Amino acid sequence: MEFEIQDDEIELLLQDLQERYGYDFTDYSKASLKRRINRLYSLDKFPSFALFRKQIQTDSIYFRRFVEEITVNVTEMFRDPSFYRILREEVLPVLATHPFIRIWHAGCSTGEEVYSMAILLREAGLLKKSLLYATDINPGVLERLKKGIFPLRFIKQYSENYIQSGGKDDFSRYYTAKYDWAKFDEQLTAKMVVATHNLVSDRSFNEFQLIFCRNVLIYFDRNLQNRALQLFDDSLDTLGFLALGAKENLKYSTIFRKYKQLENKERIWRKIA
Amino acid sequence: MAQNSIVKPIQLIVIGGSAGSLDVILKLMPALAPSLPVAILIVTHRKASSEDLLVDLLNSRGSWPVREAEEKEPVAPHAIYVAPSDYHLLIEKDFTFSLDVSEKVNYSRPSIDITFESAAEVYGEGLVAILLSGANADGVAGMKRVRSNGGTCVVQDPSTAEVSYMPAQAIEQGLAHHILPAEEMAAFINGLFTNDKNQ
Repeated sequence: MEFEIQDDEIELLLQDLQERYGYDFTDYSKASLKRRINRLYSLDKFPSFALFRKQIQTDSIYFRRFVEEITVNVTEMFRDPSFYRILREEVLPVLATHPFIRIWHAGCSTGEEVYSMAILLREAGLLKKSLLYATDINPGVLERLKKGIFPLRFIKQYSENYIQSGGKDDFSRYYTAKYDWAKFDEQLTAKMVVATHNLVSDRSFNEFQLIFCRNVLIYFDRNLQNRALQLFDDSLDTLGFLALGAKENLKYSTIFRKYKQLENKERIWRKIA
Repeated sequence: MAQNSIVKPIQLIVIGGSAGSLDVILKLMPALAPSLPVAILIVTHRKASSEDLLVDLLNSRGSWPVREAEEKEPVAPHAIYVAPSDYHLLIEKDFTFSLDVSEKVNYSRPSIDITFESAAEVYGEGLVAILLSGANADGVAGMKRVRSNGGTCVVQDPSTAEVSYMPAQAIEQGLAHHILPAEEMAAFINGLFTNDKNQ
């Protein structure tokens, strides 16, 4: 893929997004952003940068597509099974001691992780007293999350992940297959509170015992990472848990000293101060 | 040749490989000169798993420190970095690594194309891209960009590759500056940093 859109043009687009729509992408990691913007530009076959820019400026439906395409919405159920095994064995027993459990999935995309967590809670007998707050910058992905319908072709992988994570049931009890789709149990969906939330500009909206933000911070520069982590810190109970992606780390962050990583290789930290 | 210009020193070598490339890389390790002023980045296709043994394996083979590239980490000379499995690896303008879990490219994550393209943008003439044995065409489009940005393209001689498809594609498209058998890769890299390289 040739990069048709250069850095100065990307700066222009980012300015437009900020002025016209109030979305601020200026602290996103540039290499990935540039690749995603160029990918969309060639995918949608724009003849010139000027037309591309104009479409984003004037067509709010295309703007939604633009944001959804430049942000990465790749996710899967029980991604990194060993991570879910630790949640089952070490985090759920602590959550179980609370009369009411609130969990935030920040940047949850189409919600595969939220459904995975709901399944864990159900198997631990905790789903009834839990609420899973699912937020993302993209309203479109959240619509899909609310439907709870996922492509059947991925289910084999999800089912293997589920078993590796320590799942003991038959995974098929959680969905109904129809044509090429799997519709997940509405009792899982019923415990989800779904809303758009922008980690760049929106504030803390509740207090949680567990916050997930996996494979979102990798797209932010260090400064924005720190701001997002501060937001999570403001939203997490003392002794609450923060779960990041497999290659993300609190090590370099400003909130590092208040957290202790669990005694294993998984990226789960506990707020100790 | 370019008598009036100062030749930009080589700052980064990216080695991309798929099926059949591990053996070449393992043989390369102990033959590298002990302290070259360059960073080496290895991008290979392998199974997505948290139990990734490649770093340990490479560390056991030579004197260079080998580690997995971490997001936002600065690229340092005299280090070998491995792209983590199941993430694309890019390089930022400020010479730090970025990770990305977006869609697979050429059925692969990490994709060699993505790293080649991104490194070409940042390093230009200071980049050497090496493409080894493999069964798909990942790396070929990236090599095109390396070449157009002034970098050097090295391709494993397909007749010495366990799986010849990937290097053969790059050669067919006329991208290779050098076509080398596996056993000459280390000498080529070492030779980039000796004083008599300007013929």
